[in-house]
Amino acid sequence: MRKALHLLILAAMCLMLVGTAAAQEEEDWGTVTVAAGDPVRIGFAAALSGAGVDVLGIDELRGAELAVADLNAEDGILGFTVELVPEDSMCSADGGATVANKFVSDESLVAIVGHMCSSACNAAKDIYAPAGYTMVSPSCTAVALTDPNAPSPVFNRTAWNDRVQAPAAAEFLYSVLGITSVATIHDGSPYGEGLVKAMEDAFFALGGDVIVDPETGEGWAINVGDTDMRATLQAIADAGPPGAIYFGGFPAEGAFLAQQRADAGMAEVVFMGADGINATAYVDAAGEAGCGSYASAANPASVEGGGYEAFVERYVEEYGEEPTAPFHAHAYDALMLIAAAVEEVGEVDADGNLTVDRLALRDAIRATEDFEGLTGALTCDEYGDCGSGADITVVEMMCPEDGEPGFEIVWPEATEGE
Amino acid sequence: MNDAQPQPGSRLPAFINVRALERRWRRLSVTDLVVWGIGVVLLLFVFWRIVLTFGQGAYTLESFIKNVIFGLAQGSIYALIALGYTLVYGILFMINFAHGEVFMSGTYIGFFVIAAMEESGFLAEQTLLALLIVFAVGMLSSMAVAVTLERIAYRPLRKAPRLVPLITAIGASIFLQQAFRGLFGSSTKVYPHVHLYALPQLFPQLEDGKGMDLISGKYDVQFALLGNDVNLVVQPFIFVIFIVALLMMAGLYWYVQRTKAGKAMRAVAEDKDTAALMGINVDRVIVNTFAVGAALAGAAGVLFALYTYQVTHTMGFIPGLKAFTAAVLGGIGNIPGAMFGGFALGFTESVAPGLLSIPHQLKDVVAFSMLVLILIFRPTGIFGEVLSEKKA
Repeated sequence: MRKALHLLILAAMCLMLVGTAAAQEEEDWGTVTVAAGDPVRIGFAAALSGAGVDVLGIDELRGAELAVADLNAEDGILGFTVELVPEDSMCSADGGATVANKFVSDESLVAIVGHMCSSACNAAKDIYAPAGYTMVSPSCTAVALTDPNAPSPVFNRTAWNDRVQAPAAAEFLYSVLGITSVATIHDGSPYGEGLVKAMEDAFFALGGDVIVDPETGEGWAINVGDTDMRATLQAIADAGPPGAIYFGGFPAEGAFLAQQRADAGMAEVVFMGADGINATAYVDAAGEAGCGSYASAANPASVEGGGYEAFVERYVEEYGEEPTAPFHAHAYDALMLIAAAVEEVGEVDADGNLTVDRLALRDAIRATEDFEGLTGALTCDEYGDCGSGADITVVEMMCPEDGEPGFEIVWPEATEGE
Repeated sequence: MNDAQPQPGSRLPAFINVRALERRWRRLSVTDLVVWGIGVVLLLFVFWRIVLTFGQGAYTLESFIKNVIFGLAQGSIYALIALGYTLVYGILFMINFAHGEVFMSGTYIGFFVIAAMEESGFLAEQTLLALLIVFAVGMLSSMAVAVTLERIAYRPLRKAPRLVPLITAIGASIFLQQAFRGLFGSSTKVYPHVHLYALPQLFPQLEDGKGMDLISGKYDVQFALLGNDVNLVVQPFIFVIFIVALLMMAGLYWYVQRTKAGKAMRAVAEDKDTAALMGINVDRVIVNTFAVGAALAGAAGVLFALYTYQVTHTMGFIPGLKAFTAAVLGGIGNIPGAMFGGFALGFTESVAPGLLSIPHQLKDVVAFSMLVLILIFRPTGIFGEVLSEKKA
């Protein structure tokens, strides 16, 4: 009797599942209508303030602005001009949530370019999802954001997944520099933590030795805003010392680590970060101690036929300086990707009003195949990963005797994407 | 003559007041027991972790000495900032939360001076003189900011309920941060790496005979201690920070205890109205107090920047918070207490995570747990006195 009851409940649950699945197929995210003569408004979110991270965010904003200028110079999207709505989402979860809440209350926004930091993306995606706002991030690279086990319906990115970046770093350290042991430090952000985990796995898989904190069995960590990392570095020296230190985090903390590693007797240990420290802020702050340290970088110039050189020329002409960070081209591509998708699914009615179905827009972005971007041919998968990763390079901070120190590409062989 | 040879055990140290302890024992409540219980559990935990760490044998004397040295620099900075909190609290019973930003302003303005002097080559030629100028500028800028702050934001509110100036102070802190961001941008400014050579006679082997580089130099030191070989990389600047901090604190102590201005300060701290009746200009004394605290913070800021190089508009926030903690730890309102609290906090942050086998990321947790632990046993802080009803 009881068994029968169980079966009955099971059957009922199956039916409910089928029911929800059916309901999902008819999912409706609503539409956005742009009246004739109004611009197509696209939100932009990145860190436009904040020490060390604003250089990254402003660089992205310029990339997006150039894309808007390009579109408007050629008839806009379906004849509508494009307007960028920039907001400062900082490089934090609460900053991301604040801007996301602001954006979802503005029903005229078609889609979002952003956010910049993985912590902000992570917080923002859960606010955009119920509202049906599609986002395309130029620089959120954390592995967890497109995790197939917890997919986000709205998150997409033109940046690579750290699943691609971390192995490139591991490959470089192990095969090119011949380093056999590595210790990792992250800054507690989802980006940093995901990155070092992926890096540890990749380095271990290559046959290298990953030194961990004997107490926790994991790598080390610091906090964003710390200024004195000497004790942490000392703990690494006691457990190792490793051939290289790999850091997942941003310029300010990266520079402190690069400087202070000498105090723990590890001046000769190779210091490597990722795209997060590849900024002029790191070069300035680390000074002499940063010479010879490595970072990964997006180098769209290595992508053939991408038109990147011409883009940089325009950038310099417009803003009076060389790009300050690596993600301007990804931001350009993110905006262009959205524009192409709007062009595809947007419908202009008899009165000249443009209607975009939000779900169709998301589907169109994820169906993108071989989109010719500055950063390579973008093909999106069902979880929102569009970045090719074809443009990952390793750069070294060079300090010439006479001249400004800066990052230069030392490992030009581009790695193949996922 | 009998006094000369007291019976052993007949006298307890002066700080244990037997009668007070008895009174306390009689009034013991359940809350007290719970609080003490938590304290004892925490102490046992600390003890257990230390035993565990040494049991593993991975912790070396070398790491301990290194961490103590790292803590020295951090502690000195905390102590110098904490003095500003404690001085203002001692007189006005208000917590000047903008003090971290006072620290930042001196450092920031000092940066423009030192950068200009590096550009002109003056820094390399007359290093010592240039550094003195930077210190003077840093201290004066901090003083200017603090005095202005007192005049505009705090003085009009002196008769207001105590929460009002507290909120104002938080507002002033945010205002200063954002003002510096607006004026100078949010990118990190980097102090130049200064080389100050000294004592070529004593250290002829260092730096091609130029002597020891007191600021940016890092030297290998090897010696044997308790049968262990210890290899250190020592930056003389850490000890310079420590000595400068000690000298400034000694100077402050002398100023407060031995000068007329200091006496007036103490009188105002005791009772503002009575002090005014005695002919003391209370407003001027309060301005003095803000200025002295700010000068110490400005000096701490320049030392900090020469040590860590990076200057941003948010750099004052965390050190300010830590220094406030240090002041509370030592007993807020008490000058030796603030110094002690600063050093204690610096050492704990640096030494405790390794000693207790706790991840270094949690150093703030360790430091604040120590604060809780000490406040459980001494609610007024280590050197704190029980404030009378009027003061509290």
